[in-house]
Amino acid sequence: MSGLGTLLYKEVLRFWKVSFQTIAAPVLTSLLYLLIFSHVLEAHVRVYENVGYVAFLVPGLVIMAVLQNAFANSSSSLIQSKVTGSLVFVLLTPITYGEFWLAYVLAAVLRGLAVGVAMLLATLPWGMPQMAEPGWILAFAALGGAVFGTLGVIAGIWADKYDQLAAFQNFLVLPLTFLSGVFYSIHSLPPFWQVLSHWNPVFYMIDGFRHGFFGISDVSPWLGIAVTGATFVALALLTLAMLRSGYKLRS
Amino acid sequence: MFPAIRIREVTKRYGALQALAGIDLDIAQGEFFGLLGPNGAGKTTLISALAGLVRVDGGSLAVMGHDVRQDYRAARRALGVVPQELVYDPFFTVHETLRFQSGYHGLRRNDAWIDEILAALGLADKADAYLRDLSGGMKRRVLVAQALVHKPPVIVLDEPTAGVDVELRLSLWAFVRRLNAEGHTIVLTTHYLEEAENLCGRVAMLKAGRIVALDTTANLLRRFSLHRLRLRLAGGGSLPDALRDRARQEDGYWVLPYQDHGELEGLLAALREAGCGIAEFEVGQADLEGAFLSLMQEGAA
Repeated sequence: MSGLGTLLYKEVLRFWKVSFQTIAAPVLTSLLYLLIFSHVLEAHVRVYENVGYVAFLVPGLVIMAVLQNAFANSSSSLIQSKVTGSLVFVLLTPITYGEFWLAYVLAAVLRGLAVGVAMLLATLPWGMPQMAEPGWILAFAALGGAVFGTLGVIAGIWADKYDQLAAFQNFLVLPLTFLSGVFYSIHSLPPFWQVLSHWNPVFYMIDGFRHGFFGISDVSPWLGIAVTGATFVALALLTLAMLRSGYKLRS
Repeated sequence: MFPAIRIREVTKRYGALQALAGIDLDIAQGEFFGLLGPNGAGKTTLISALAGLVRVDGGSLAVMGHDVRQDYRAARRALGVVPQELVYDPFFTVHETLRFQSGYHGLRRNDAWIDEILAALGLADKADAYLRDLSGGMKRRVLVAQALVHKPPVIVLDEPTAGVDVELRLSLWAFVRRLNAEGHTIVLTTHYLEEAENLCGRVAMLKAGRIVALDTTANLLRRFSLHRLRLRLAGGGSLPDALRDRARQEDGYWVLPYQDHGELEGLLAALREAGCGIAEFEVGQADLEGAFLSLMQEGAA
C-alpha cells in the first residue's frame, strides 16, 4: 500500500474501532434534537409548502452531523497523536505534507458520511425521506465534509491541549453549524441576520444539501456549491502552507 | 563511497539557548558510532534534525548522500529512528502498528520481515496485543521494531536502554550488533557510558551544542587518565582534601584516576599521612566515564 493509502486506512480504522463512540453517539444526539424539535415545532412551523417540519429538519440535522463529525475526526485524531507523541511515526516517514493532509481529510469525509448515512437510516421511522436530486445530496455532504475535515486538520495542528481544541469546537464550529439554517429557513430571520447568514459558508452547505431532498432552497445550489468549493480551496491552501512550513509539527 | 551521515556546520537556536553551535561530523557506512554528552548537550536535537523533526538554522545534513531537506523522502527511507520517549498509539496492536509503519514507507508485502523482527525482539507472542496493554520494556521493543520495518541502512537509537531491564538490554544489544555486522550503520546515544565503551568503535562527545571530542573509543580512553585506583576506606572514612578534588565516588568506593604507575606510591603516602585506613583496594584500566568526566570538567574550567 502507498503511504497515503496506509495513513488513510489507519485513520478510518481508528474511528471504526470505536464506532460506538464515533458513529452511534452522534446519531443518538441528532435523534434527540429531532424528537424534541419535532414535538415542539411540528404544528407551528412550516418552511416550504408541502414539506412538513420534521421532513424539513431531518436533512438539516444530517448535514450538521456530517460536518461536525468530519471536524471531530481529523482534529481529535491529530491532537491525540500529538499529545501521546505517536504522530512522530508518521513524521519520520517519506509521506509528503500533501499526502498527510489528504489522508486526514478523506478519513474525515468518510466518518462524516458514515454518520450521515446512519442518521438517515435512524430517521426512517419518521417516514421515507424524499430525494429529489440525490447528486446534490452527495456533493454537498462530501465537499462540506472536506471543508470541516480540513478545518479539523488546522485545529488539530494548532491546538496544543484538549481544552484549546474544545474552545475551537465550542466557539467556532458549533455556532457556525447551528446558526446556518439547520432548524429554520433564513427567510424567517430579521433582515440583519439574513444578511449575516449569507456570509456564513455553512449556510450554503446546509441549504444546498436540503435542495437535494426537496428540489427547493433559499439560494441556488450552483451558488451553494461554488461558495462551498471556494471555502474548501481557501482552507486547503492555508492547511498546506501550514504543513509545508512545519508549523507546530517540525520545530 | 559517501558517508552514512554527513553533518556540516549545523546550528540551531531555541530563543536564548544555542542548542547546536556548529556541528561537523561524518559517520562512515558500517560504523557503530556513539554520541555522548550530558543532558542538554544537543544530542537529541541533532538526531531530530537528521530525522527532519527539527529544522536547523544553518548548515546541512545528509543521510546516505540524501539531503534531509531537499531530498527528504530518500533521506527518511534510509533512516530508522528509535525515539527516546516511550511513545505509542494505544488504539492498535503490535502487528497493526508495524504494518502501518511499513505502509507509510510504501512497502506492500513486508510480513516476512515483520515476523523476523518480532521474533528477534522477543515480541512474537505479543503480535496481537494492544500497545496500551504492554509493559514499558515491551513498548520499547516495539519502538525498535518500528524503526526497522523498512530495513534502513542507517539506524539511530536515542537512549534506547533508559529504564530498561538487564535482560532486554542484553538482547537488544545482541540484535543491534547483528544488524551492524550485516552492514547497517548504527548511531547510539546513551547515558550508560559502559554501553558506548562496549559497543561503539568511535565516539563523539557533545557539550553545549559543540563536539568537544571525536575519536575512536580506544584512543579516547588512552588520551585521558590511563589507570584508576579504586578503594574503600576503613570505617567509611573520607579522603584527605588534596586527593578528594581529583577523585569521584562510585557505589561507596573512591575512584582516583592517574596517568602513570609511578604516581601510585605518592597517592598511598598521602593516604597514610592523613591516617586513612584502606579497607579495599583495586587498580584498574580507565573507563569511558573517567574520560567523559575529565573532558566535561576541562571545558568547565
